[in-house]
Amino acid sequence: MQFRMLPLFLLAAIGVVLAADIDYPLDAPGPDGRRPGGTLTQSMPAPPIANDENRDLKRERNYPDQPPTIPHSIRGYQLDMNGNKCLSCHSRANSAKSQATAISITHYMDRDGQALAAVSPRRYFCNQCHVVQKEVQPLVGNSFETIDKILQDDANAAQKP
Amino acid sequence: MSMTRREFAKAQAAAIAAAAGGLPIFTSASNLVTEADMVTLDWNKAPCRFCGTGCSVMVATRDNRVVATHGDIKAEVNRGLNCVKGYFLSKIMYGVDRLTQPLLRMKNGQYDKQGEFQAISWEQAFDIMEQKYKEALKNKGPESIGMFGSGQWTVWEGYAANKLMKGGFRSNNIDPNARHCMASAVMGFMRTFGADEPMGCYDDIEATDAFVLWGSNMAEMHPILWTRVTDRRLSQPHVKVAVLSTFEHRSFELADIPMVFKPQTDLYILNYIANHIIESGAVNQDFISKHTRFAKGADDIGYGLRPDNPLETRAKNADKANTWTDISYEQFAAFVKPYTLERTAKETGVSAERLKALAELYADPKRKVVSFWTMGFNQHTRGVWANNLIYNIHLLTGKISEPGNSPFSLTGQPSACGTAREVGTFSHRLPADLVVTNPKHRATAEKIWKLPAGTVQEKVGFHAVQQSRMLKDGVLNVYWTQASNNMQAGPNIMQEVLPGWRRPENFVIVSDVYPTVSAQAADLILPSAMWVEKEGAFGNAERRTQFWHQLVSAPGDARSDLWQLLEFSKRFTTDEVWPAELLAKAPEYKGKTLFEVLFKNGQVDQFPVEQMEVGYKNDEAKAFGFYVQKGLFEEYAQFGRGHGHDLADFDRYHSERGLRWPVVDGKETLWRYREGLDPYVEKGSEVQFYGQPDKKAIIFALPYEPPAEAPDADYPFWLSTGRVLEHWHTGSMTQRVEELYKAVPDALVYMHPEDARAMNARRGSEVKLISRRGEIRARIETRGRNKPPRGLVFVPFFDANKLINKVTLDATDPISKQTDYKKCAIRIELISVA
Repeated sequence: MQFRMLPLFLLAAIGVVLAADIDYPLDAPGPDGRRPGGTLTQSMPAPPIANDENRDLKRERNYPDQPPTIPHSIRGYQLDMNGNKCLSCHSRANSAKSQATAISITHYMDRDGQALAAVSPRRYFCNQCHVVQKEVQPLVGNSFETIDKILQDDANAAQKP
Repeated sequence: MSMTRREFAKAQAAAIAAAAGGLPIFTSASNLVTEADMVTLDWNKAPCRFCGTGCSVMVATRDNRVVATHGDIKAEVNRGLNCVKGYFLSKIMYGVDRLTQPLLRMKNGQYDKQGEFQAISWEQAFDIMEQKYKEALKNKGPESIGMFGSGQWTVWEGYAANKLMKGGFRSNNIDPNARHCMASAVMGFMRTFGADEPMGCYDDIEATDAFVLWGSNMAEMHPILWTRVTDRRLSQPHVKVAVLSTFEHRSFELADIPMVFKPQTDLYILNYIANHIIESGAVNQDFISKHTRFAKGADDIGYGLRPDNPLETRAKNADKANTWTDISYEQFAAFVKPYTLERTAKETGVSAERLKALAELYADPKRKVVSFWTMGFNQHTRGVWANNLIYNIHLLTGKISEPGNSPFSLTGQPSACGTAREVGTFSHRLPADLVVTNPKHRATAEKIWKLPAGTVQEKVGFHAVQQSRMLKDGVLNVYWTQASNNMQAGPNIMQEVLPGWRRPENFVIVSDVYPTVSAQAADLILPSAMWVEKEGAFGNAERRTQFWHQLVSAPGDARSDLWQLLEFSKRFTTDEVWPAELLAKAPEYKGKTLFEVLFKNGQVDQFPVEQMEVGYKNDEAKAFGFYVQKGLFEEYAQFGRGHGHDLADFDRYHSERGLRWPVVDGKETLWRYREGLDPYVEKGSEVQFYGQPDKKAIIFALPYEPPAEAPDADYPFWLSTGRVLEHWHTGSMTQRVEELYKAVPDALVYMHPEDARAMNARRGSEVKLISRRGEIRARIETRGRNKPPRGLVFVPFFDANKLINKVTLDATDPISKQTDYKKCAIRIELISVA
């Protein structure tokens, strides 16, 4: 990251220039977060809009009730009162033809858990839970561990003499 | 299959070895774990950490870590559903850059405003804080210290902070980030009904025939409520949905009556509907004669800018914005008469046909209507008026306080209601709708707090925007923020927020869980515990109070905001912070610490640790030796019990999916102010708006007035800001979850394609957004989820690398002091076409 290496005096100069009536430095060193420390006064360049990951490969879920992320682009999909393009492949009836993942049985249940003849209207807008993934690297790492990983660690620990 | 833990481990290891060597293995030994102690997870309920909807979540823990979450099927609010953010709650605590120890700016072993952050102990952190607080208090008094809190504080954190500031340090300079979010709603409620928070509840959704969204994109910002609206609309075809906004967004996907209006002209529409109701004979005369009265509010009230701003000096009633005079129904009718359909269509840009269809939803006596609004109304220089005007419509038709008829102000934060509003952490408030300016209210607080008369100061403290200005001006010198990120979310960062924090003599403390941009601008960073790392309580938008237990430990030396507040209060004795004449009234407090006076006062410390539910952690109870949360809650509940704000007993909330106050005789209240539904309404009265002395709600005559800043030749675009579904507020938590980050990595400039073309740009072009105050760089999106009309762009504020609040204007509603983040003027310069 090129901007992290700006010398402190230069950062200070930028701060002073931007706010003419201020005679003290607005920038100061700080821990890197999502934004590098000491860059608050700067206008950071904006990275190009990334493409959607469009490989159609199912991704591992972190836990059973995690809504699967969408492994393909949905650009131009109609999803409004008049039509739901997602269901044309993912509904129970259409999934065999399309070989797309069928939506879960829970999506046919009403608020009281009663099964309906068709997809529950409360599940109608798929993108409230299911989202496309862009081809970008995470900004900050995450150390969440799945239960499978924890069981495996237990097993490995037990294995050690 | 029967295996001991040890056997299982061996089998697993063998399977791994076999797999690594490419050997065949027996499936029974490799891929199925069934032993109960291995596979059993510990599941507990907790409310979601994000928006004001207040979904309940089931949280699975194992080995002191959260391993899974899912929607709570037993919760009325969400019945098993979560939105995409809620489903990823499991991962929000595990960003690799969690703050785990206090950090102080230092040079040569000493604090230095230009220094680099270095790890210190809590002891050292409190040492420097104590020194700075004592200096400020000694030199300039309690007005020179301030605190910025949050609608994401737990109820007891907000209560402890409020008590420490107003009752301990005797400074009213405490305000929550909810000022940016809910203040206009609060003042709307207080003016019309004399009591804060909605009369209805979410059950209105399943009981209504029409929804009207006024400046609320529920599809993204309240997704689970939107599932309930969608359910109602799609399963009952007679139900209609009207959506009003200054740009087209996802909620328009369900709109029968979509309306994009010119910024600020919602005030025309609101008055037109009132006029239509009157002229079409749809007024519920019986209701208005019994339960309402009419008033004309002060107009020409300015824009909450600095007093020397020409917009303020020109405003006739800037100093008496929150005043009104009584008028008659006939005078009110005459006042709204000029708001005709033709004029409203012309001023708003919405077709007359749609405006009339909207007005008819309200006017039709056979149709029940729920109005929802959020930041489109509240973040508005006439936000209080907009709130008053929507109540006018519901009151004129009597469509209020009954199932399905409900003007419903939604909240943005999980405890904007529970903590910011009910606990009264605003600079003018005390718990349960009391205010510091009322001597009786102060006396009530002093009595409950067992403090000498005169402890609580009468003068209203600095509100959020004023805090930034006073820091910049050097009036406020020591400033502590918790559970908020004002360097990203506050308005006009470059001219007001950042210069204030960085002023050499000021000392800024930021308690947070991650290094936010606020932390980067701070002088001392304190590492906080979050969500299920502490026992907590939130209050959602429908008056529902929900509790959760501490389920895991916080990492490293991170401590809850509650612990920080209480531990810090031990550093001060009454002699150091109270004047002698006050102390003379309570000689028994002489030499006592604020901790002893405020928290070890025989009330807060009355519940022993043994009263905690067995099997749960409670780091604060362990640290202080008593059940802190219960003691604070029970003391706090004294403010509201018997006064229309009744909370249930502490313990009950741990076994309920929340209860909606007032909880009277063990029963929650779903609809307030209606006989038979609300125990506070007297028999035979039908309806009583008992927040007002005469139990009548006020219908307000309030005009259209222009916005503080509008596009011109130099700055030709409107800028509106807001949130996105996938990220919570400033993104501190959600941008650290890979799936949510990858869903929406960057804030984009949502723009009309023809506006892009006119500047030789297109989707993906990098542009500079420049206002009179600051600038950022971002990429144009012309075909995304938001479709603005020509001349307006929308930019979300979650992105720490595109601080859109450098660009926004710190104009506020003069009554509520809430910033209008939806309207300012900018110009856009092309950097590269891409």
